[in-house]
Amino acid sequence: MTDYLLILVSTILVNNFVLVQFLGLCPFMGVSNKLETSIGMAMATTFVLTLSSLCSYLTFEFILKPFELEYLKTISFILVIAVVVQFTEMMVRKTSPLLYRVLGVFLPLITTNCAVLGVALQNISKQNGFVESILYGFGAAVGFSFVLILFSAMRERINVADVPIVFQGSAIGMITAGLMALAFMGFTSLVQI
Amino acid sequence: MTTVLLAIGILLILALIFGAILGYANIRFHVEGDPIVEQIDAILPQTQCGQCGHPGCRPYAEAIANGEEINRCPPGGQATVQALADLLDVEALPLDSNSAAEPIPKVAIIREDECIGCTKCIQACPVDAILGAAKQMHTVIADECTGCDLCVEPCPVDCIDMVEISVTSKTWGWELPSGVAANASNIIATDRSTLMEMN
Repeated sequence: MTDYLLILVSTILVNNFVLVQFLGLCPFMGVSNKLETSIGMAMATTFVLTLSSLCSYLTFEFILKPFELEYLKTISFILVIAVVVQFTEMMVRKTSPLLYRVLGVFLPLITTNCAVLGVALQNISKQNGFVESILYGFGAAVGFSFVLILFSAMRERINVADVPIVFQGSAIGMITAGLMALAFMGFTSLVQI
Repeated sequence: MTTVLLAIGILLILALIFGAILGYANIRFHVEGDPIVEQIDAILPQTQCGQCGHPGCRPYAEAIANGEEINRCPPGGQATVQALADLLDVEALPLDSNSAAEPIPKVAIIREDECIGCTKCIQACPVDAILGAAKQMHTVIADECTGCDLCVEPCPVDCIDMVEISVTSKTWGWELPSGVAANASNIIATDRSTLMEMN
């Protein structure tokens, strides 16, 4: 039980995928202009990450390993992730057309989110089991959502602040993200996973 | 060689399984959208003036998708009728006879000395281009005004003018061709025959 808790703490805080491992920066910068968009994107990414982490593990364990095709893991995982994202897009379109139109092109761009492929590949390199893989994916998604929502709340306030013209827009966003990453360095070695 | 074939075979099987899952999901989560209405709405000029008889451009787009005539939009002009005719593959009718000829783009201006702050024009504006409150000064935001002149009639002191948009060096552009050249099918050769020629 403590193992699972440690995995969660590790992926959410210590080895946060956006601020410590620097994966998934594209949607992080691109979607964080408004709070409502970020919340929608966070939910979609959580769903995709958990499901694709699970499906990637199953694909590796029951299709690639029995036939000794481990070297095909990158392309198979991309295939799995693309299918899961497409599935998610259809579900979002059906259940919430407003969210679908608000997220726009960022929903299929979750496929190219390197955090999703990163989670799948790291599950293999850490030789996680079934439950650990799901928890790893879920923790990564919670960490991503947590940081995304925090960042977008900050960005909404920065937008109306008195920023010098040279820094307005993405520049001050990047600087803020860097400062957040510095802050998250405080969690280093809290948990050794 | 067998390992290569095995790898290709496994990937193919995976792709087939996932393709089947997506195909099933497509049917299960099918959305009854109507993309043609969105395409028609994108061509209409979005003045929301109501001169076509519908309360806005989107309802008119839905009516066109259900078979309404395409020539009822005066602010769009003949160019819009032609674009709709190209999109829907129907005949490009001339603009409705009871509507004006090619409209000149105008914006509304309120003469602030005479404005009494009654908010009747604010309620009439379909694109919310008038700034003001009860007993406060009303002003038209020129960038938002589409020139539909729905605000002119409700004003009880008749203080709204429709002024032509003056052309500056930033807004000048070449005129679109008129007359024979306006009919795109006369300029560019195409193998799509119109309804008239098919008969």
